[in-house]
Amino acid sequence: MKEDKSSHAYWKATLGLLTKILIVWFAVSFGAGILFADMLNNIKLGGYPLGFWFAHQGSIYIFIVLIFYYAKKMGDIDRQFDVHED
Amino acid sequence: MDLQTTIYIVVGLSFALYIGIAMWARAGSTSEFYAAGGSVHPITNGMATAADWMSAASFISMAGLIANMGYGGGLFLMGWTGGYVLLAMLLAPYLRKFGKFTVPQFIGDRFYSKSASTIAVICLLTASTTYIIGQMTGVGVAFSRFLNVSSDTGIYIGQAIVFLYAVFGGMKGITYTQVAQYIVLIFAYTIPAVFISLQLTDNFLPQIGLGGTFSGTDMTLLAKLDSVVTDLGFGKYTTTTAGSTLNMFVYTMSLMIGTAGLPHVIMRFFTVPSVKDARSSAGWALIFIAILYTTAPAVAAMAKLNLHATVNTAVKAGGDLYAPEASIKAEARPDWMKRWEKTGLLKFEDKNGDGRIQYYNDKTKNEVAKGKAEAAGWKGNELTVNADIIVMANPEIALLPNWVIALVAAGGLAAALSTAAGLLMAISSAVSHDLVKGVFAPNISEKNELLAGKIAMAVAIVISGYLGLNPPGFAAGTVALAFGIAASSLFPAIMMGIFSKKMNKEGAMAGMLAGLFVTLFYVFAHKGIFFIKGTEFLGLIGGANPFFGITPEAFGAIGALVNFAVAFLVDKFTKEPPEHIQHMVEAVRIPRGSKMVDGAH
Repeated sequence: MKEDKSSHAYWKATLGLLTKILIVWFAVSFGAGILFADMLNNIKLGGYPLGFWFAHQGSIYIFIVLIFYYAKKMGDIDRQFDVHED
Repeated sequence: MDLQTTIYIVVGLSFALYIGIAMWARAGSTSEFYAAGGSVHPITNGMATAADWMSAASFISMAGLIANMGYGGGLFLMGWTGGYVLLAMLLAPYLRKFGKFTVPQFIGDRFYSKSASTIAVICLLTASTTYIIGQMTGVGVAFSRFLNVSSDTGIYIGQAIVFLYAVFGGMKGITYTQVAQYIVLIFAYTIPAVFISLQLTDNFLPQIGLGGTFSGTDMTLLAKLDSVVTDLGFGKYTTTTAGSTLNMFVYTMSLMIGTAGLPHVIMRFFTVPSVKDARSSAGWALIFIAILYTTAPAVAAMAKLNLHATVNTAVKAGGDLYAPEASIKAEARPDWMKRWEKTGLLKFEDKNGDGRIQYYNDKTKNEVAKGKAEAAGWKGNELTVNADIIVMANPEIALLPNWVIALVAAGGLAAALSTAAGLLMAISSAVSHDLVKGVFAPNISEKNELLAGKIAMAVAIVISGYLGLNPPGFAAGTVALAFGIAASSLFPAIMMGIFSKKMNKEGAMAGMLAGLFVTLFYVFAHKGIFFIKGTEFLGLIGGANPFFGITPEAFGAIGALVNFAVAFLVDKFTKEPPEHIQHMVEAVRIPRGSKMVDGAH
């Protein structure tokens, strides 16, 4: 019974992490890059209008960070619930 | 050495390298053939995935499309990279844990049904074949320019080489060749970009240069570009969206979930040793992809500015773009234009007979630009540039040395070949492993299974070659359709297979069929049934883009929604999956106990 609870909790922790990351994923691409791009274009990042920068550069950099953050955090969760590979 | 000889030598050397590697790493067993023996390092796999992924569309076509579309082209950049976040978190580690060779095999086992796996094979074949069409178009462009043959002959040569190459293959051979192809293509893409960025902005990093100052002026590069193109009646570069904000949103979403659902990419994650490696490998893949993807928008903007500067001297010198002497004389046009004219991809026609080239938007709604053009006696745009040549012609436009031009030729071919090989691998394993062995002849010998796979490859090459000769659009546009198909059919099924323990076979099958059907219906209405020209049926659905103005390329996300909705609806009214399947899902969710991939059914 205790074990089942733990696998349940493991999945909950996983979904929690996924949700957090997906929020950022959505915010930088669909949010900053598309929906609010016009507004952000009033701000300049060097020679880049900011909304344009998110669509053509910024979101890609943030995606990379997100995947490595996920891989690391997921490894922590695996160990915490003792389901990691040996 | 003249340009043509240099190109032959560089391209020839790169081909020799790939074939050498393919022979050295030939597959000895089915495990090596389908999954490279499951022993590829995550960084190596990341590099191979990047080459597998970045196709002729990314290399040849994307920057050209972005140059045409401006800000709206960002949908390709975000869509084709953001999907890796989904892939890394939602699919790759779990499918790696599941530990089988192919995507249809996962669907067949998870939904305890041969029919489900067969439907998955159909979805896979439709998506992959559409994708190859885009590659073939790209191969045709590359060969036609660089081997001095017509685009059609280029496609025939491309077909032959891809065939030879893929049959050598096996996943093991393909993996290591793709690593070499990645290295060739990334140098081919970035070196000219660095040169051009230095020329235009004095920054050697194109990513910084794009946000830098246009050399010799106090304007930023983007501001200069904005002012030139709007003056000539085109849309403002940094703000023009793709259709509408809604269309751009949906289009980006389609590309993202399509990326995550493309079987030839998912398959690459079966080659790493563990679940942990599958997670980080997606990150490495995205780093290698990002090197090209963050350079592409710089290439797009700079090539566009360079092109305008080439035909209109007032772009660099300042002053009136509409002054008669600003447009260059046709007979003094640079050699590269004459070379590309031969391919038919660049056309010049002196409409007002003044012997000069006027390049502007003659269909503009901008009254000021229209008035200026009329006042200057311009009688229509005289230069048409096919978007697919922007990258290939880029080093020539910037007057870079011959070896750089040759390198770009080799890079374009590397991109097309690596992706075609990956796709053919996905097609052949689906047919030989999931269809022939899984359904029709379970007792087939290993040797005959591989033979069946090779025959499937041959058929796929012929079909895609034919359609490549009659393409439904630019390389990147066609490829986008493949994503729509993967997004609407495979992605939802795989995801529900992992994230919903209760999803049953009826739901999954109905979902896949509904998603695929809706998407194909919408696409075929615009592009013809199976892309055959003349069979469009737009009248039936009420004109072009009838669904909230969404273009067919962007429709995959809608198809995916339909897929999810139908699946959950059907699931509600049918029996829940058997106990052991629910246990299987539990087991797939945790990394412990992962093993080598194998093919057992």
